Amino acid sequence: MTKEERYEKLKDIIKIYLPEDVSVEAITMESHFINELNINSANLVDIILDVEDEFDIQLENEDMDRMQTVKDALQIIEGKLD
Amino acid sequence: MSPDHILEKLPYARPFLFVDELSKIDDNGIEGTFTFTKTLDFYKGHFKDNPVTPGVILTECCAQIGLVCLGIFLLAKDISNSTTNLQIGMSRSEMEFLLPVFPGEKVTVTSEKRYFRFHKLKCAVKMHNAYGQLVCKGEIAGMIKYGDNV
Repeated sequence: MTKEERYEKLKDIIKIYLPEDVSVEAITMESHFINELNINSANLVDIILDVEDEFDIQLENEDMDRMQTVKDALQIIEGKLD
Repeated sequence: MSPDHILEKLPYARPFLFVDELSKIDDNGIEGTFTFTKTLDFYKGHFKDNPVTPGVILTECCAQIGLVCLGIFLLAKDISNSTTNLQIGMSRSEMEFLLPVFPGEKVTVTSEKRYFRFHKLKCAVKMHNAYGQLVCKGEIAGMIKYGDNV
């Protein structure tokens, strides 16, 4: 899977949990899940659980704490896939 | 953690406490009861001259027993948790209401854990009346942890 493919897969997951007032176009590598995409902590857990299923990886509490932006999430996914 | 200990830790008080007793509890679920006494304040207005327990209150009762009591039990299993300052917030509820609950009725709530990960607890809940009839059912999720913020 290429970096681009991972990013697209992640975006597909994130868009399910975006509040109505945030558009899919708002998602960039630098987007902060809570402060910019307005995703609450409960939905952030849903994103993590979906990421685990989609990429067949297991995330830990410290991964959740580190996962502030889309870029952080991709780095964590890449680290687990290695 | 014993049922009495869990009840002590509940962050609710009357008139917004909707748990009387916990009859069963383990890692996968919980069962508890509550009696809606006739004097509860909301019966004066829901409805005028025709008191019926509001659906939001039934949902709250399911959440207090099924999510918060179970969550306190599950959190206690992790010794790294400090035991002060419980932070809770309901994040989602999807309920179906099948029968009315009138003043004076005793209900039993059973809750089955779907998952508890990253401080989020999601449960399937059911409420039965004293005749064993299903009153409402659904899924409730919330964030629960000890600490400064949810």
